[in-house]
Amino acid sequence: MVSQARYDEGEVAEIIADHAGLEGPMLPILHGIQERFGHVPEAAVRQIAAALNLTRAEVHGVVTFYHDFHKEPRGRHVLKVCRAEACQAAGSDAIADAIERALGVKFGETTDDGQITLEAVYCLGLCATAPSAMLDRRIVGRMNEAKIGALVEEARL
Amino acid sequence: MTKLFIPLDSFAVACGADAIAEEFAQLNTDRGLSLEIVRNGSRGMAWLEPMIEVETPDGRIAYGPIEPGEADALVDAGILSGAGHPKRIGKVEDHPFFARQTRHTFKRCGVTDPLSLDDYRAHGGLKGLERAIGIGPQAIVAEVTQSGLRGRGGAGFPTGIKWKTVAEAKGARKYIVANADEGDSGTFADRMIMEGDPFCLIEGMAIAGVATGATKGYIYLRSEYPVAIDVMREAISRAHQASVLGTSVMGSSRVFDIEVRVGAGAYVCGEETSLLDSLEGKRGQVRFKPPLPAIQGLFGMPTVINNVISLASTPEILAAGAEGYKELGMGRSRGTIPIQLGGNVKHGGLFEVPFGMTLGEIVNEVAGGTASGRPVRAVQVGGPLGAYFPVSLFDTPFDYEAFAARDGLIGHAGIVIFDDTVDMLGQARFAFEFCAIESCGKCTPCRVGAVRGYETVKKIIDGEKPAENLALVEDLCNTMKFGSLCALGGFTPYPVMSAIRHFPEDFHGTPMGVAAE
Repeated sequence: MVSQARYDEGEVAEIIADHAGLEGPMLPILHGIQERFGHVPEAAVRQIAAALNLTRAEVHGVVTFYHDFHKEPRGRHVLKVCRAEACQAAGSDAIADAIERALGVKFGETTDDGQITLEAVYCLGLCATAPSAMLDRRIVGRMNEAKIGALVEEARL
Repeated sequence: MTKLFIPLDSFAVACGADAIAEEFAQLNTDRGLSLEIVRNGSRGMAWLEPMIEVETPDGRIAYGPIEPGEADALVDAGILSGAGHPKRIGKVEDHPFFARQTRHTFKRCGVTDPLSLDDYRAHGGLKGLERAIGIGPQAIVAEVTQSGLRGRGGAGFPTGIKWKTVAEAKGARKYIVANADEGDSGTFADRMIMEGDPFCLIEGMAIAGVATGATKGYIYLRSEYPVAIDVMREAISRAHQASVLGTSVMGSSRVFDIEVRVGAGAYVCGEETSLLDSLEGKRGQVRFKPPLPAIQGLFGMPTVINNVISLASTPEILAAGAEGYKELGMGRSRGTIPIQLGGNVKHGGLFEVPFGMTLGEIVNEVAGGTASGRPVRAVQVGGPLGAYFPVSLFDTPFDYEAFAARDGLIGHAGIVIFDDTVDMLGQARFAFEFCAIESCGKCTPCRVGAVRGYETVKKIIDGEKPAENLALVEDLCNTMKFGSLCALGGFTPYPVMSAIRHFPEDFHGTPMGVAAE
């Protein structure tokens, strides 16, 4: 389950303070915020900019550079399906199509009920037990039709 | 007490190892089995994962691949005393896949409890660091240089020379950065060592610290590796408690600390200079070189940035001496290389050997060909930026220079096997597509070239002026290869051009040379 919460100035301040002593604290802070709120709210961008003595544009630039950070909330679960070469060789394109059909969304989209976001990922390092996927933080190898059903069902809970 | 090994490695976990471990733990309580369950790393035979091992008087007996729900029946069948079973593999050391290897960097991986420092010491750990502290910076650098170790990330730059440059550079502080942003499809050696023998990386980084005078280390670890992140962080904390790290490394006057920093899903951050920018908290964009990171790296300070396997290879080199390592290998590729076999592969996993085996031996004999049972048609060596090799080039020995001579690269030593259903035109399109998705956007050949390449290959697929468009792709590849700032744009032509050259029949049957005329 992805933690989702409304923006809370105090909590963001706390996350920033927790990492303020680090060298180059930006990514750890953004990970903390993404993890807590399920996205990086615009108001948090302003707060980070003020705390780190950067412009909002600089923080925005960092947030939008990385695939892991999102400015808008996403699904309560994130299902990542590997689309890289090793998985392709093991038949991941068919798996990916079947998952799109099962969820009724395309890659990069979220189901209408806000439950599941489907994303492509490029390599989970499971290339010898391909095809692979990751539901939230849980990794799944040797994907097949049966496992798709179980994963989708689990994500719908 | 019977020791039962159930891997915590991602290969095993992705196929149910956590559930299997819980089942055995439950049985242990319910039946009073007096089991000691050890979550070890993987032995590298991924097709047999989850592979469990039981310690018996006759040695460690392996069974696999185990599935959740089997524990009860396995215990009933007597596997805890090494009894016969359809899934009995026997001793791992006797298995042909394993027996053929020279385990150097991975000698402890899968054997020990990855989070036990006592186990680590008992299997030769920390000897390298102890010796390093004793002989001092110059002698360490000399030893690593003499070993012939070259960067295992792909560039193959001599590790000793990099260390020497940092050791001689002046700076208020210096850093050791482990590049654990292992984004290349088909590679998982970094992940396996971090999950299966994390102290080995810690020791390697501490040795680099002693050699160069660096006091702080960062492991830039990709977010797609949740297991490795957890194991690595726990190992660092334990190394601290045992004073292997901290203000007095192994009781010496040396200071060295390590911190894990999690990446954020950008492939290009595997490129060393964009990794450094990312660590600093910026967009992961590639820097111009010079200055070299060794002179002005992280926060402008002298920085050793090495691949995980390069660093993890040094404890054994220091412990056993450079000579033994240098004797292995061929040409200018010295020592061992952990080859990773993935994709449509029968016997996939990690296979560590000295350089020099031919691609054909590796793919046909070691890997056993495809999982589908169909003929091998192509293998991609070295990740998404590596060339596709046809069967006709299977006599190429695994060696940096031999691969370069055939317009390919070893990269991080991942081999992805494809059967005869692969569409090489589609793979060429994907190479451009991937580059377009992951380009950092700093240089034009990569940022624009990847998009134009993708569009042009699509036109060929649609049958639109195939010959002319193929010539355009070749021209574009030339621009990207020589005009890009880093390997992302610069090496994307490798998969594209190798697909075109070696599999012309997929490109509307017109070989490249003819098409260009």
